[in-house]
Amino acid sequence: MTRAATNRARRRPARRRRHTLPLHVIAIIVGVSMAIPVVYALLGGFKSNSELSENPFGLPTAWVTANYTDVLVSGSFWRQMWNSTFIAVTTTVVTVALSALAAFVFARFAFRGREVYFTLFTAGLMFPFAVAILPIFVLLRTLGLLDDPLGVILTQSAFGLPLTIIILRGFFRSIPGEIEEAATIDGCSPFGFFWRILLPMARPAIATVSVLAVVGSWNNFMLPLVVFSDEASWTLPLGIQQFQGQYASDTARILAYLILAMVPALGFYAIAERHLVGGLTAGATKG
Amino acid sequence: MTTLAKGPEALRLPAPAPAPRRRGRWVSIALFLLPALVLFLMLVVAPMLVALYASVFRWNGFGGLPTDFIGADNFTRLFRSEIFAQDMGHLLVLVALSVCVQLPFSLAVAMLLNQRMRGRALYRVLFFAPYVLSEVITGVLFSLILAPESGLANRLLAVVGLESEWLADPGTVMPSIFLVMTWKYFGFHMMIYLAGRQNIPNELIEAAQIDGATGWRTFRHVTLPLLGPTIRISVFLSVIYTIQLFDLVWILTGGGPSHSSETMAVTMMDWGFKRSQVGYASAISVVMFALSLVFALVYQRFVMRRDLEGAMTSQGGRS
Repeated sequence: MTRAATNRARRRPARRRRHTLPLHVIAIIVGVSMAIPVVYALLGGFKSNSELSENPFGLPTAWVTANYTDVLVSGSFWRQMWNSTFIAVTTTVVTVALSALAAFVFARFAFRGREVYFTLFTAGLMFPFAVAILPIFVLLRTLGLLDDPLGVILTQSAFGLPLTIIILRGFFRSIPGEIEEAATIDGCSPFGFFWRILLPMARPAIATVSVLAVVGSWNNFMLPLVVFSDEASWTLPLGIQQFQGQYASDTARILAYLILAMVPALGFYAIAERHLVGGLTAGATKG
Repeated sequence: MTTLAKGPEALRLPAPAPAPRRRGRWVSIALFLLPALVLFLMLVVAPMLVALYASVFRWNGFGGLPTDFIGADNFTRLFRSEIFAQDMGHLLVLVALSVCVQLPFSLAVAMLLNQRMRGRALYRVLFFAPYVLSEVITGVLFSLILAPESGLANRLLAVVGLESEWLADPGTVMPSIFLVMTWKYFGFHMMIYLAGRQNIPNELIEAAQIDGATGWRTFRHVTLPLLGPTIRISVFLSVIYTIQLFDLVWILTGGGPSHSSETMAVTMMDWGFKRSQVGYASAISVVMFALSLVFALVYQRFVMRRDLEGAMTSQGGRS
């Protein structure tokens, strides 16, 4: 008991606490400036417009819930939420499924041209999406995929392939060859090995690339902007942009809409924070 | 290095695989690889090539492939246009501000949150959070906050008499956009720096401190050089992102007032979709691509070269 106490005292000397005070001050200043916009929006959504202009930052004197409830009972908000979710989930499934199959080939097969194909995919990291947007629009129009979620899903998946393949290939390669040999001797087909052994083992990597794909799709704006003209297929970002145009002077209502639109992204971040940060920093340093 | 990696597999494969299984092997390879390859060729490679092709035609985007060949006219017109020159200026301003202000700030915050202090996990989560919000949410939120008449920023600054027109004034629009970019992205760079810092063995820092180096000198002569590869990558990502900047600008200003915040991507979307000059817009996108590519090649050749060699040898050592 006494020894534990002295140990702790030795490990954390008193002067360290004094030292961290300026650090805390700086961190709090940065934190507050980061939080102000969101807090302003959150409180602003509970205000009437006249109060918002008189009292932009204080607590609302009368809590108006109509801004939030109006959005929540409107069909368009939920339809956009559903469209965004559907597109994000489908994009993720397609991206990860196709990438996993390709990464399996790149990691576990030796064949002529393997490095050429792999380099082709990695070069895809260098292709900025904006450069291809006009031909993609023309192509989707020719295929009749405008105003069709499939057009956005397939395009997003195609652009998601390079990074996903690179990350998964790295992970697949790290799984020892002995496991594959053992499975083959036990009569496992290549697909059986991939499906029953490799994929379950790669669960952490799959989680990481899935999280990246979900967030990328959820926040995508440029592609839905050009593909979807019919309001019924709008995703959340398109809906927000349109809402701002429609209620230009009704600031409180836009703030409420923004806050509600933030909830899924922030909730997802809360759940998947480790995968997201790990994946992004790994993707950044490897890409 | 690649030959080394290939060597053992190439040696191992022919022996246990008899002829009939080998055909099966090619079938599996094809079945596994083709779906990804087809999608990639159709929606990434082909559109890139079409953009390249269309950039030398006059084309409104209709009627199959373009036919009205005009050579390099789109490019000469682009390079003579004042808007394009402005786009380039905006790019330089944003890159300079990012590299000289945003990234040092991110690095400082990362070093701060690397200290042992209470609540640092919470700060990290908070600072990174804007990165997961969409550009549209961020853009709309800040367009309301920076609104000249009723926006929060002017309300707060009125106390000290520093109101500004922000996004509505050509003189302040670029710094305002940069402010929003910093709010949204500095947490991302902070996380990269934190990851990089964690790869530096603490023994090195402690050794410097034992040798009597002060905090600043330890940072300047030990931590900073060892963070070099991380910093170079973060600069790289920042520049590539800025070359393609679209969403935030489109939402915040649409490129205005009177083109004073326009970026190449905004100009391209404007010509391509609003005025249906797809050939000319393709020329802009080709220049955008060429800029990214040239920057990437030059940067990797001259700035990141040593890092890449180091990364490869360390990777070889690990596996």
